[in-house]
Amino acid sequence: MLGKLTIDALPFYSWVAMAGAGVTVGGGLLVVAIITYLGAWRYLWTEWLTSVDHKKIGIMYIVLALVMLIRGFIDAIMMRAQQAFALNSDGYLPPEHFEQIFTSHGTIMVFFMAMPFLTGLFNIVAPQQIGARDVAFPFMNSISLWLTAAGAGLVLVSLVIGKFSTAGWTGYPPYSGIEFNPGVGVDYWLWALLVSGVGSTMTGINFVVTILKKRAPGMTLMRMPMFAWTTLVVSILIAFSFPALTVVAIQLGLDRYLGFHFFTNGDGGNMMNFANLLWIWGHPEVYILILPAFGVYSEVVATFSGKRLFGYDSLVYATGCIGILSFTVWLHHFFTMGSSANVNAFFGIATMIIAVPTGVKVFDWLFTMFRGRIVFHPSMYWTIGFIVTFVIGGVSGVLLALPPADYLMHNSTFLVAHFHNMLIPGALFGYLAGMNYWFPKAFGFKLDETWGIRAFWFWIIGFYLAFMPLYVLGFMGMVRRMEHYNVPEWQPYLVVAAIGAVFVLVGIFCIAMQLYVSVRDRAQAVDTTGDPWNGRTLEWATSSPPAPYNFAIIPKVEDIDAFADMKRRGVVGAKPERYEDITMPKNTAAGVFLGAGGFVLGFAMIWHIWWLAALCLVAAVAILIMRASNDDDEFTIPAAEVEAIESKRQHSTLKLPTDQPEPGVDPAGKQPMPGNI
Amino acid sequence: MLLTAPLLSGCGLGTAPILNPKGPIALAERDLLFTAFYLMLIVVIPVFVLAFVFVWRYRANGGKGQYKPDWSYSAGIDALIWLVPALLVAAIGYLLWTETHKLDPYKAIAGTENPIEVEVVAQDWKWLFIYPEYGIATVNELAFPQERPLSLRITSDTVMNSFMIPALGGQIYAMAGMTSRLHLIADETGQFTGRNTMFSGDGFADQHFQAHSMTNEDFNAWVQKVRQSQTALDEVAYATLAQPSVAHDVEYYSTYEANLFETILAKYAARPAHSAAGMEQ
Repeated sequence: MLGKLTIDALPFYSWVAMAGAGVTVGGGLLVVAIITYLGAWRYLWTEWLTSVDHKKIGIMYIVLALVMLIRGFIDAIMMRAQQAFALNSDGYLPPEHFEQIFTSHGTIMVFFMAMPFLTGLFNIVAPQQIGARDVAFPFMNSISLWLTAAGAGLVLVSLVIGKFSTAGWTGYPPYSGIEFNPGVGVDYWLWALLVSGVGSTMTGINFVVTILKKRAPGMTLMRMPMFAWTTLVVSILIAFSFPALTVVAIQLGLDRYLGFHFFTNGDGGNMMNFANLLWIWGHPEVYILILPAFGVYSEVVATFSGKRLFGYDSLVYATGCIGILSFTVWLHHFFTMGSSANVNAFFGIATMIIAVPTGVKVFDWLFTMFRGRIVFHPSMYWTIGFIVTFVIGGVSGVLLALPPADYLMHNSTFLVAHFHNMLIPGALFGYLAGMNYWFPKAFGFKLDETWGIRAFWFWIIGFYLAFMPLYVLGFMGMVRRMEHYNVPEWQPYLVVAAIGAVFVLVGIFCIAMQLYVSVRDRAQAVDTTGDPWNGRTLEWATSSPPAPYNFAIIPKVEDIDAFADMKRRGVVGAKPERYEDITMPKNTAAGVFLGAGGFVLGFAMIWHIWWLAALCLVAAVAILIMRASNDDDEFTIPAAEVEAIESKRQHSTLKLPTDQPEPGVDPAGKQPMPGNI
Repeated sequence: MLLTAPLLSGCGLGTAPILNPKGPIALAERDLLFTAFYLMLIVVIPVFVLAFVFVWRYRANGGKGQYKPDWSYSAGIDALIWLVPALLVAAIGYLLWTETHKLDPYKAIAGTENPIEVEVVAQDWKWLFIYPEYGIATVNELAFPQERPLSLRITSDTVMNSFMIPALGGQIYAMAGMTSRLHLIADETGQFTGRNTMFSGDGFADQHFQAHSMTNEDFNAWVQKVRQSQTALDEVAYATLAQPSVAHDVEYYSTYEANLFETILAKYAARPAHSAAGMEQ
């Protein structure tokens, strides 16, 4: 009846695991208690959980990302603490527990922190930037969210019922195969990836179509804001790369469940195929995580330098180059597998070529600041911190792209330092910059800047303390994933790294304080016009928070930086001759139910509760059929109501600065005026 | 290099195996790393300088730089920021191509003779070394004469491992049913730590061994010592050894089962030997 699920699945085997389970269950109960106390269940259900509004879905994605950031960070600081102590001793974590922690840290940070965070930003911002009222497939958007949440839920549940995988976030077979890992851990990892991977694939498809089909008139591709561009390129990457992950996860699942031999040691299995397929997804995935942050930086640096983005065309082409090249470099994750020198050299050079467009972007941002007026908003701190720090990661990346050097550094802590050096400044800092930048758009009030800047300093100092020692340890021969070690020279570096993790902990606390203080003092920081930063792109043309339809009248776009152009032409807030009825999709519970179904399906498959899995599949199909045959899925906001909403809102009255003529220079022809010669 | 010297002496880096290689392969790999690093400073230093100068000069609060909000393009700068990194990558790319071929781990070390062949088997969680030339085998101890190249054939009798002796050079994966090759050489005597770098389970952290580079006389004496061992690595002993064990002690075997390495490989053949033989009949 319950498959493999017995009372032994509860974590009574170690006090650390029990504490983790206690915190997870306690945290969940606390949230339920608070919502019940506030009597907010109905509000939450009708306004949020069942919503198909891309802005609300985006906010829910980011809430999920922040919760998972904390969970993933707890894993990180536990690892740092273990390694700081574990010289010639077992530390406080037995190997099996340490292994679950490094696996869940990576899995959570990639799939359930970074992916939801960037998807949340896409949702909140991209449709508004292209002058659209919604995404192309609002209901599919809701399914994507809830399948992602279902995957995250499976990872969280593994802490309470059963164990998580010990095979690392990449789950290489044959170690992750049934022969060496017969427990439920790898299955938790597999089903979390499979369920959320379907959600991610749909997100990719959704935003490709949204950006290609829903742009406002005049918004040609080469007039799109950079963040919209990165959304498009990333969505294409998602749509093309996630199927590889799904296929490889299914193959490993077939090996584990039905005794197939795709990746087993013997009987014709070939583990090298797993590495290839995984990284055919995995390397584009790196750019899926990083490019949205690049988009954020492009918006932030232009806005807070009070200037047009430098080299827009270059940035677009660089983004496209990175997107294409990201599919041509996967083998650099395993130069040490024994490929021929020709193959290794090809992939090494392809990898280094990506450094060119990436370098171009860095210089474009720098030259955007050149001749600007830089305002030090927290999002600008994150951006400048990123530029300086990311370059170091780029250097270590090129070093690792040299196959002979990679033979030395592969699997070492140098590699660990390298990819954290790419993904913390290159992705997370960008997401946090985006959160600071677009928060007023989503909620109608600004985030506190003091706590935001404190968060930045603790994060960046913590980052350097935590990861520079790991570069050095790589030179000293330390490899990743060591539960203990016997080299005394390593310990001081690991202690410094642990101190770095404490700094990051304070940084996370500062973010929490920033949110708390901002909500408490929101009356003083209200964004009345929808344009708090004198923005340049269309999302600042809507009110903050935007009306459900974003734009009462779809704007006509005549330039890059469409909103800046509207300000210059003086058409911001111009009242149209008449308003029209607007049709919007109705909320639906089907997305939540499908997500719940995905969660239970995954759980049932993990524990071999076959009847329940079958039931979930049938239910999912039934829900989809019911939803598809429901033609009453839209509602109309009458023109009068639109007019009522619009007449209440204020519009931006900010003026964009323009070039001032230098003394003695004719502004039109840039020729010295005759009188001054 | 001069700049890094004082750094090396402090902070425990004086013993860092990657920075203080004990053989020409590791040295060449390290030097490639350093060369590429110094070349990249051509791009990195301008980024640091420009970032600090621009942030300071163009700060809204008191910056001295002029303000040109509509200035957004310069063909010269655009050309420069594409071309300089591209030329740099072309230069490092040339280096990459030649060095990758020169340092191919499968390639025998040129200009040396009489390599010492060792067959290496990764097990949970230890390393078995078989010396076909001497008819001996050891666990977790690899001895070899200095300046005589090590020609390694590597496989795994468990999950994927990666074999590495950082002081002597880079690593290669060990995979069941497959043989990978690695060529290393030490140009001085000494003891170096080698390990599995690829996470392989609970005993992973302790899966390291000592590699001893010796004079010829010492090596011959070592071979004699191993030959005097009372233990033979026969079929039964191998089956016991292949069971998972953590921090396994060094073991010496005076003899081993004939064709042991090939037998281990054949266990994982796509079509196991017995069924292949069956089909031939």
